[in-house]
Amino acid sequence: MSTQTLIYLFVGLSFAMYIGIAIWSRAASTKDFYIAGGGVNPVVNGMATAADWMSAASFISMAGIIAFSGYDASVYLMGWTGGYVMLALLLAPYLRKFGQFTVPDFIGTRYYSKAARVVAVICLIFISFTYIAGQMRGVGIVFSRFLDVPITMGVIIGMAIVFVYAVLGGMKGITYTQVAQYCVLIFAYMVPAFFISFLLTDNPIPQLGLGSTVNDGSGLYVLQKLDLVLQDMGFGAYTDGSKSMIDVFCITAALMIGTAGLPHVIVRFFTVPKASDARKSAGWALVFIALLYTTAPAVGAFARLNFIDSVQDQDYATAPAWFKNWEANDLIAWRDKNGDGKMQLGNGDPFKGAPEFDEVAGASGERVVKNDAADDNVNEVYVDRDIMVLANPEIANLPGWVIALVAAGGLAAALSTAAGLLLVISSSISHDLLKQTFRPRITEKGELLAARLAATAAIVVAGYLGIYPPGWVAQVVAFAFGLAAASLFPAIFMGIFSKRMNREGAIAGMVTGLTFTFLYIGWFKLWSPASNIAANWLFGISPEGIGVIGMVLNFAVAITVAKFTSAPPAEVGKLVDNIRVPRLS
Amino acid sequence: MEVATSSIAPIGEVGMSEEKIETTDSEKVYWSENIRLLSSLMVIWFVVSFGAGIMFREWLDQFSLGGYPLGFWFAQQGSIYIFIGLIYFYSWKIHKIEQKYHVDDDQSDKDDQA
Repeated sequence: MSTQTLIYLFVGLSFAMYIGIAIWSRAASTKDFYIAGGGVNPVVNGMATAADWMSAASFISMAGIIAFSGYDASVYLMGWTGGYVMLALLLAPYLRKFGQFTVPDFIGTRYYSKAARVVAVICLIFISFTYIAGQMRGVGIVFSRFLDVPITMGVIIGMAIVFVYAVLGGMKGITYTQVAQYCVLIFAYMVPAFFISFLLTDNPIPQLGLGSTVNDGSGLYVLQKLDLVLQDMGFGAYTDGSKSMIDVFCITAALMIGTAGLPHVIVRFFTVPKASDARKSAGWALVFIALLYTTAPAVGAFARLNFIDSVQDQDYATAPAWFKNWEANDLIAWRDKNGDGKMQLGNGDPFKGAPEFDEVAGASGERVVKNDAADDNVNEVYVDRDIMVLANPEIANLPGWVIALVAAGGLAAALSTAAGLLLVISSSISHDLLKQTFRPRITEKGELLAARLAATAAIVVAGYLGIYPPGWVAQVVAFAFGLAAASLFPAIFMGIFSKRMNREGAIAGMVTGLTFTFLYIGWFKLWSPASNIAANWLFGISPEGIGVIGMVLNFAVAITVAKFTSAPPAEVGKLVDNIRVPRLS
Repeated sequence: MEVATSSIAPIGEVGMSEEKIETTDSEKVYWSENIRLLSSLMVIWFVVSFGAGIMFREWLDQFSLGGYPLGFWFAQQGSIYIFIGLIYFYSWKIHKIEQKYHVDDDQSDKDDQA
């Protein structure tokens, strides 16, 4: 069977499975729709959480980012795993004991205020939409490359699939499809990783392969060779970073704390039977996540070596097929700066910005790029980092079914996260805004219908954001974390660990944290991107890491305001006592 | 069990400042032991990631673990393994503490999974 047929087969089968599961696990009540009935086994929930968590960014972009930034990419590895320690130790068991449906539920009840609930809903919608845009984009990229469908069409197909199982099944449908999606995505990630690790190092375990010697007879370790090759070409060493230590510190912290404050992750822990299960479940989730996250650095390093090997100083005319495939998809471009017909790699941009292609072909048959010249360096090749994982099996000459598997895995990762996000958006609208705030007399049936309608509307908005994306996949995702760290995390944390924290303090804190972080990121990323250089940053902290400062401001403002306003009522003290203790009373 | 549960304690007009009356002693001791355990585990969490993986990375890189410079290994591998260990250790340890003070959620097993 040709690779193309295999891709259709794998993707088609996986989609049929998701829809089958959705039909089997339809939601019958709001409790089913919001928290899957509340009786999910902790291991199953851990697996669903891992799929929920690992997005298009984790699956498609992360290894590419690691490949091209080496040590600097550690921020994502530590940041997107360390948050689970905070979740398991500081938040999940208490929120499960609290036992409601949504994150704004906790904030609204703990701070005895509809205003606090609404502020939490606003933070949540903001965070979730920033995050979901990247997922739909990921779906579009996979479709366009592997199924030969335009990105827009790919996004629409993705929307339709998510619609079926998120709207029908709610949290219940999502939980079980996510379990299936985890299996697909981890298998799809690990198989090429085993192959590539074995091809390069004779050790099939990627985590060990990365610490082994390259089997080219040089006796060098993988990382040693990578450092040498890169420095030879004018890059910095792979194992050394270019970001300042304070920035690395702050980005890591913002991602960790953001992870712990992401509503679609937190809400997964509402689905297990009890508080102690929430802890165990977080442990399982991290095990399932770590499988991919400890493999990614190996995939990144191997991909970089393979890429350099197969491109550097090669004639374009005899360039490998994958190179031209991805060029045809606008994700690779080559400008023959020195006119020798060979491709040279180096440190710097091959030209300014993302490639815009001309209709005519160049001297060697390449697609001519219209962009302004960047002639201060020798680099001739533009590579979109997102393709490293997708192109990896082709670069390493792996069989067609592995490529097909990767396509299905990328879609599984993007769809599972998109569904989780859609669910928290829709439940915050139907449950928090309608049921708990503006339409308290809505019936169970009406609320369930509202949840489904809200999910539908959210899918449409997400699809629009995927077709007209605000930036490339991983970058969009990074924003959600800053906002979550600066707004929701402190409010939840203080709600559990401080009995004195009151309504006024929590609201003031959330508003300050969200506003500050939003303006800082917005300024450097949207309104004045030209000024986005280290010299202009506050304390040298990039927009990706600024959520930490937002969080510190949130804590400071909340504690100060709470000091000068009255203590929360006695019932709240009782509530806090109750959630602190696992025993059901 | 020698202690009454907090839920049956009267609320009345008791304010926040005196809410300690509602919390039973065993719950208070449990909570302070929990905070102590949490604090020490969060210190380890900080040391392996922000410490070994970031602040002392360069210094640690002079040692190596197979082909990994040690600081780099902590940043891209080791910290993640230790994170997992921390969660399982907490889960196990806090459960012991909960049983000691009779605040665990084991009894509710049968009711909940029925």
